[in-house]
Amino acid sequence: MLVLNFFLFRILPGDPERTLTRLQRSSPSTIDAVRKELGLDRPLPVQFIDYLGDTARGELGISYVFTRPVSEVIGNALWPTILLVGVATVGATIIGTLIGIWGAWRRGSAADTTSLGFGLVTYAMPEFWLGMLLILLFAVTLGWFPTSFMSTPGLTDATAGAQLVDTLEHLFLPALTLVLALLGEYALIMRSSVIEAMNEDYVTTARAKGMREALVLRKHVVPNALLPVVTLAALNLGFIVSGAITVETVFSWPGLGQLTFRAINGGPDYPLLQGLFLLFSVAVIFANLAADLLLGLLDPRIGRA
Amino acid sequence: MNAGAARSGRAVRRARRVKALRSSAGLFSRNKMGMAGLAILVVFILMAVFADVLAPEARLSVTNAPGAPLEPPSARFWLGTDELGRSVLDLVIQGSQISLLVGFLATAISMLIGALVGVTAGYFGGWVDVILMRFTDWFLVIPFLPLAIVLAAILGQSLLVIALVIGIVTWPGTARVVRAQVLTLKERPYVERARALGAGKRQIIGRHILPNVFPLIFANTILVVAVAILTEATLSFLGLGDPFSVSWGSILESAFAEGAISLGAWWYLIPPGLCIVLVVLGFTMCGYAFDEILDPRLRKR
Amino acid sequence: MNGNLLEIQDLRVLYEVRGAKAPAVDGVDLSLGAGDAVGLAGESGCGKSTLALACLGLLPRNATVEGSMKFEGAEVVGAKPGRLRALRWAGISMVFQGAMNAFNPVKRVGDQVVEAILLHEDVSKKEASGRMRELFEHSGIAPRRAEDYPYEFSGGMRQRVMIAMALACNPPLVIADEPTTALDVMIQAQILNLLAQLREERNIALLIITHDLSVLAQVADRVAVMYAGRIVEEGSAAELLTTPRHPYSRSLVGAFPVIGDPASRGVPTGLPGDPPDPAARPPGCAFHPRCPSAFEPCDRIDPSLKRYGPRLAACHLVDREAEV
Repeated sequence: MLVLNFFLFRILPGDPERTLTRLQRSSPSTIDAVRKELGLDRPLPVQFIDYLGDTARGELGISYVFTRPVSEVIGNALWPTILLVGVATVGATIIGTLIGIWGAWRRGSAADTTSLGFGLVTYAMPEFWLGMLLILLFAVTLGWFPTSFMSTPGLTDATAGAQLVDTLEHLFLPALTLVLALLGEYALIMRSSVIEAMNEDYVTTARAKGMREALVLRKHVVPNALLPVVTLAALNLGFIVSGAITVETVFSWPGLGQLTFRAINGGPDYPLLQGLFLLFSVAVIFANLAADLLLGLLDPRIGRA
Repeated sequence: MNAGAARSGRAVRRARRVKALRSSAGLFSRNKMGMAGLAILVVFILMAVFADVLAPEARLSVTNAPGAPLEPPSARFWLGTDELGRSVLDLVIQGSQISLLVGFLATAISMLIGALVGVTAGYFGGWVDVILMRFTDWFLVIPFLPLAIVLAAILGQSLLVIALVIGIVTWPGTARVVRAQVLTLKERPYVERARALGAGKRQIIGRHILPNVFPLIFANTILVVAVAILTEATLSFLGLGDPFSVSWGSILESAFAEGAISLGAWWYLIPPGLCIVLVVLGFTMCGYAFDEILDPRLRKR
Repeated sequence: MNGNLLEIQDLRVLYEVRGAKAPAVDGVDLSLGAGDAVGLAGESGCGKSTLALACLGLLPRNATVEGSMKFEGAEVVGAKPGRLRALRWAGISMVFQGAMNAFNPVKRVGDQVVEAILLHEDVSKKEASGRMRELFEHSGIAPRRAEDYPYEFSGGMRQRVMIAMALACNPPLVIADEPTTALDVMIQAQILNLLAQLREERNIALLIITHDLSVLAQVADRVAVMYAGRIVEEGSAAELLTTPRHPYSRSLVGAFPVIGDPASRGVPTGLPGDPPDPAARPPGCAFHPRCPSAFEPCDRIDPSLKRYGPRLAACHLVDREAEV
């Protein structure tokens, strides 16, 4: 995967040079000097080995836009994204799963159809549009929440408590946007999983033993229904990442997504993009692995002799 | 005598296929969700086809705009104007062309590659399958938006690039589904019979496997178009689209860049997004309707 | 043959399919006394499993139950959910067909049995666990296997666990739905012996539902044959299985060669055709389209169940033979 990442950027004929010239209309000698510094004049295979070495050491190059090391730039933006995405994913998973279970239990009722429709509509919505609408409604028109950024400027001296509240206020709308965008799919998948589980024989057995419906649902249906959802949720991680990028852009939330946006429009800033791409891919791969492990833990049929 | 038998054979197959199509169409027309979706799509496709008539390019000129900047909706401009004084309604109508076009083109690319890979991997099996599937899985793992961004950033800003990028990002899903179907079909008795009768690979694929995979591909296509349109909107919004063409995503990009939110210009923000939602819904509903038709288990008892 | 444990009278179960109601069980009378072992025989689709589920009130939402079914004197049809739940497992328990799927795959087997106990009796978890292990041991399962998951058991062992679970609350009646199908012959014999043994020890009444008459020959005292939702013949196991009188019973018995009886080693005569669709019952006797001995009134008049000495039968042929 590192291989592709590297070649993806190096394949473009002379693009780094083009960008360099765009940024600084300097004399050819300057360009040559920069080229030498960036190591672009050495043969490709050597560049690759250099890249591997650099990456391993955490040196991802210098960002064109920020003129600072990429690793530093990314590092600064890491926490805001983790906060936002973490909160939103947890929220969407829990709420989405609950809606799915409820819809399946009361299958065919008005509540079920409504939640299905709701899920469909939120799935069809571009999350950045939703974000913009929410800002328009809640921040601009109603003034309940701030419109963007992660904190109100000038509050760095305030108490930790006040800062926390401030952050939460800023967090609310972007998190809400992401949660709404994500939960549709969770709800839909959980619903069909529960419906399938309810038709299994062991549910009849449980009822035959004299269990109340609610208990059957809780103890037998849901644990089994969760299994396929975990797998599918893992595959969904790509969506979460893309959602993060657009939502952060809309809210000017100082995270990795916003960084990506600036990397595109301010350059394109290849080293930064390269670093970001690497990070995103690694994160998703790790998350997939984690999901596999989780599934292995939950389902006793997996991984045993 | 042989030619006669072959001809009647083909005619029989065609008659059977026509009958199957007709019954599917009948089932579809009875599916409320599918019909609603289809209705929405028809409206938008008509809008796109007649866009040049409904909203002539002249009115969208950047230098010679008909109205004042950022006017709220009025009798003259039903959806108000943008920051340059152009009618938002015109923009949205024109935008439908690009949004839909790119969506369809991207889907075509995606389906072609996906179907090709899927059928090849599924039918030939062995190391061909393994290699292709490794390749596909690898693509599936990588988050699609960063990949799309990177590719678009490298390859430049044009509609073709966007379509290509979306196609590249979405084909793995189709490939997997197609391959799974081909695998089940391969084991069916009639395929074995055909092989025993000495049918060549191309014949088997062409005559037995493809026709049965096709409905699945079709249902999948519809859902892919929905994703493609959403992705196009996202990419345009992020600034990766063709700066000279108008699509719903690019309208939203302009709106955002011009601070339409803080200015409260809701007429600029809501319509393009709403169109995206409706079109995607339309495709999704049709897609689900097809799923129900194809898979009897999903039909409501 | 005192019918004081389970008394079914004119039971009908109708399924709603595409707007029409089709009877899966079409007027069944059956009674069991304490400790009785009754077999219910018939092809798949004749309604026997539906009958079993009806006894526990486990039918799906699109099923309507009419008639009467009394357990220990109390009416089950239309009983309140609370009563039904109390009745299930503690009054009547079930050994399900294909124990493969009847267990929750992600829970340990022992836990699932303990769950049954705790649902009905006010005992501590430790006590329930102890009882469970006793049951296991008694049913021929090593108690340490309580920690295992269902997929770790072979088919026969799973069935044993299923039986142990069915006995967990000491019910007076156990319904066994195809307890030996999908098991090989050796294991079948073991399971049947286990059932017989447990029945003797605890004086449990057994209702065994199967299409395999050899099973009934081993365990049942009485046999009732079902066809198209009705009982078409009933009598003592020994008599009915050696001298079946209804043509359907005859073909069922004829399909199974008896070990040790050279006469039955001839080619079994299968029956042509399929059981009728509950929504499209043939006029007259439901069996007449497939009956090798059908004659004049069979396609017009539906024969009712009549008594012929110790035997019950619903057949014009039997009727005619009895007059002779």
